[in-house]
Amino acid sequence: MSAITALKAPRRRGNTGIALSRRAGMVFVLPALILFAVFIAYPLFTALSYSFFGWTGILRGDFVGIENYVTLFTKLPYSEDIPNAFVHNILLFFGAMVFQNTVGLGLATLLHRLTRFKRFFQTMYTLPYLVSPLVIGYLWSLMLSPLFGPVNAVLRGIGLGELAQPWLGNPQTAIWVVVLVTAWQWIGFPVLLYGAALGGIPEEIDEAASLDGASAWQRFRSITLPMLVPAIGTVSVLTFIGAMEAFPIPYALGGSQGNPAGATDVLSLLFYRTAFESGSSNAIGTSSAIATLLFLFIFGISMLITMLLRRAERKLF
Amino acid sequence: MTATITPSTADAPSDGRDGRRSSRPNGGARRRRPKVTAGGMASSVFLWLYAAISIAPLLLMVSNSLRTTQDMATQPLGLPLPPDFTSYQKAWITASFDTYFFNSIFVTVASVLLSTVVSLLAAYAFARTKSKLFTALEGLFLSGLMLPVYLAILPLFFLLDAAGMISNLWGLILVYGALGIPFSTFVLSSFFRQLPIELDEAARLDGAGPFQTFWRVHLPLVKPAIATVVVFRFVPVWNDFFYPLILIRDQDSYTLPVGITRFFGEYQTDWATLFAGLTLATIPLVVLFLLATKQIVSGLTAGMSK
Repeated sequence: MSAITALKAPRRRGNTGIALSRRAGMVFVLPALILFAVFIAYPLFTALSYSFFGWTGILRGDFVGIENYVTLFTKLPYSEDIPNAFVHNILLFFGAMVFQNTVGLGLATLLHRLTRFKRFFQTMYTLPYLVSPLVIGYLWSLMLSPLFGPVNAVLRGIGLGELAQPWLGNPQTAIWVVVLVTAWQWIGFPVLLYGAALGGIPEEIDEAASLDGASAWQRFRSITLPMLVPAIGTVSVLTFIGAMEAFPIPYALGGSQGNPAGATDVLSLLFYRTAFESGSSNAIGTSSAIATLLFLFIFGISMLITMLLRRAERKLF
Repeated sequence: MTATITPSTADAPSDGRDGRRSSRPNGGARRRRPKVTAGGMASSVFLWLYAAISIAPLLLMVSNSLRTTQDMATQPLGLPLPPDFTSYQKAWITASFDTYFFNSIFVTVASVLLSTVVSLLAAYAFARTKSKLFTALEGLFLSGLMLPVYLAILPLFFLLDAAGMISNLWGLILVYGALGIPFSTFVLSSFFRQLPIELDEAARLDGAGPFQTFWRVHLPLVKPAIATVVVFRFVPVWNDFFYPLILIRDQDSYTLPVGITRFFGEYQTDWATLFAGLTLATIPLVVLFLLATKQIVSGLTAGMSK
């Protein structure tokens, strides 16, 4: 839940001024800087370098250039596992995007008009988002259990018994369970964020348009939606990052192997498995290559979305 | 832009329809006097229905934790009447949930404290200096908001291993402390920037040094931001599964999420205990949420007001 909507550097305005000397300032920054350097910056740079070496267990061997990367795309099981897992990450992203921008935006729009029970509904919708994704994953695995699971029991109870099935045992349905559970958990965030964005739209604009005879749909289309672009963009970036980093929910639903038969495998699981469970002597080299590619992909695409978003905002306002 | 915005614009009509259904009749009724209309009914049905979808699994978790496994096997859906608490006793004592729970509390409290303290100091410096060096450092910290830093787990593992800190809760605390810096400095520095520089000048005239000014003058004024940062870091640290899965190898040092994983392997058929374990891991978050809804909402929507 690294949900940070703040993707822009804070604007320097208002009362920024110099009250600290450079030396005093340095003393204030130092503790944070040391922690950041040792536990974030150093491991990141080192991880990148790991992927260019051959490894025997935990002993670093010779510099091998891009050999580890070549392995990923030419040798089994990687050359099959990577595209398989990647497709699942992408499904997760699009599934969550569709769900958040239809159901989520719909809920936020309806809540915005509400005067009573608003807080209550917000709380209801946000609770799953705060619960540990691992707990959510295990909870759904129990609910979807083939024999005693409440979901199948409900289906049988309402006469749809033929739909009851081992949801997580069937490779056809398992990945959709992962997608839906993830989307279900995440929806609280867009509901809150879209709610805040809707609250920021001046009512006068809407009233003026309404006096000019614009229908509710026209007003939504031409006023509300464009004003929501920044929020939709933020949700897109964070959903993208979240979908690419997905780990606990797939782990709880399909184990570290992405069962059944890799049907719920995602890139982070593949990375984890390669690094800690593969038993290959070059585990560190190969897994670091996976990590580096994933890192560049996540960072690159989220920068791209942010950039395009800013351009769109400039065009709109 | 088209590439990213198109999907959401394309999705919009479906929810727009919902919006239209409710707004058109309401618009006619002039908003202030809501009448019961077909559209209003439809929108409230939708809101209640989704509230049920959202909350039912969590209620089911609590309710099933109070039933026995046999009861669940014969009747998948049923109420916990009379409630049975033995599963909690079993999870807490036999399945070592007491250890996991206290480990989680310790790690979460200590790491949130650590990241908040160092971030307060750094954020104050960022807001009260003007030099390229500090701008660059602030940018460096901010980049942590978007980078998938968890991918650097291998070097981190070796680093802690070399320091003899694998399976050590302090190692985990230091890592989480560092991970909290980007978000915390971001929120706090924007708060410090809103405080007038005259405060510092007045404090200096009264003979206060930089640290005294920070401690006595600024700290009391940024309390709401501190609350947001604390609450908002508590949740991801409490919930995190990835770091302890790799960095904690000793069962006695497991935090709740890793403990749950082990527990699911061992008690696979003991449904009542499984549900009780999941509920135990969730209770602190629900309590926190009910106590601090305001901070959570403002943390989630931080940056939107700009």
